[in-house]
Amino acid sequence: MSPLAQLLEAALFAASRPLSIEELATLDPEAGESGTRAALKELRAAWSGGDHGVELAEIGEGWQFLTLPEYAESIDRAQFALRPRRLSPAALETLAIIAYRQPVGRVEVDEIRGVDSEAVIEKLVERGLVEVASRGEGLGRPLLYGTTPQFLEILGLKGLEELPRLDELSVALRPPAPAEEPE
Amino acid sequence: MPEQGGFVVELEQFSGPLDLLLHLIREDEVDITDLPISRIADQFLAVIADLGLNQAADYLEMAARLLRIKAQLLLPRRLGDDEWEDPRSELVRRLLEYQQIRELVDWLHRAAEKRADRFGRGFEQPAPDLPPPPLEIDLNDLLAAAERVIALIPEPVLHRVVPRPLDVEGATARITALLAEREEFAWTDVVGAKAGVVEVLSAFIALLELAKRGTCKLHQPEPFAPMVIRREPARAAA
Repeated sequence: MSPLAQLLEAALFAASRPLSIEELATLDPEAGESGTRAALKELRAAWSGGDHGVELAEIGEGWQFLTLPEYAESIDRAQFALRPRRLSPAALETLAIIAYRQPVGRVEVDEIRGVDSEAVIEKLVERGLVEVASRGEGLGRPLLYGTTPQFLEILGLKGLEELPRLDELSVALRPPAPAEEPE
Repeated sequence: MPEQGGFVVELEQFSGPLDLLLHLIREDEVDITDLPISRIADQFLAVIADLGLNQAADYLEMAARLLRIKAQLLLPRRLGDDEWEDPRSELVRRLLEYQQIRELVDWLHRAAEKRADRFGRGFEQPAPDLPPPPLEIDLNDLLAAAERVIALIPEPVLHRVVPRPLDVEGATARITALLAEREEFAWTDVVGAKAGVVEVLSAFIALLELAKRGTCKLHQPEPFAPMVIRREPARAAA
């Protein structure tokens, strides 16, 4: 491995959180972001290939070493590390709506879910998965919510573009016959 | 999420009335775009009665909506020449939209499970080290808020209650004595040269009262001149 790849390896090992490309690039200003990116690829290649229990992953706008999924159960059983708490269906529904409609106000979330969502949104804000992104126009200038990098992190996504596109979903239970479609 | 107590079924099985409706539709294997409203409405009502969900406003609202659609289907409205309004269309639109969300929920759930199988370095429980929700205020907002709070603190209002210091009775007695003695006398004879406000007021009210009763006559030779008090002979005689 190149000296820069080794330096990155040391930094990622030392850090307890994902490091962004901008942060990693400060390690060696001469290499710049493109040089850092190349070294990261080299490092990722060195850790992949079935020889290791960890791999270098790019998640939620950052890089970090993660254990391979096949060891999750053993690690969990031994309680060396704990799986994060699962999100409730209500929380996931709310997250899905906010992720696709952001920035979006509470009223719209309520309407789509058919239930009051204030408490759920509050919890998601507390967990750092959702934040106030802006304020809407209109009466009372309602708070509009959006997702955070933490949201991407807990889903293991690099960015929102990795979410499924709406036209990829099988929207209806049965595809509606176009002629009989309401409206 | 345990928003409010009263029912438990929602937590375990359905996340709301739309979820319950979708469940019924799936069970019946009916076409979502051609909903048999009457049947679905009856089932919906039966379920929320059985499950004891009838406390939940969201479910009641949906039940009312279903019944209204059922009624509207009996009296369809014409939109155009050959078109009839379908009262179900709004509900169908919402159901499809909600179904889409449910599909995304499944996707998010799988993604989160996969991610949870991979541990990072220096694992920390995700909850405690979260950033606080962003506060969107500037200094002026903060000061305005502080002012509003301070304004709410009630300022103690102290009233000193004192007995009425005027002594009209005393003044009346004094003037009556003077009237018995002399036919005419000056204001200064009543109150003295250095009277206080209370004495002046008491004497003045007493004089006005006596004049009203006709016991004496008040006379002022010129503006701002001291008042002259004269006994009223007619009454005095009477």
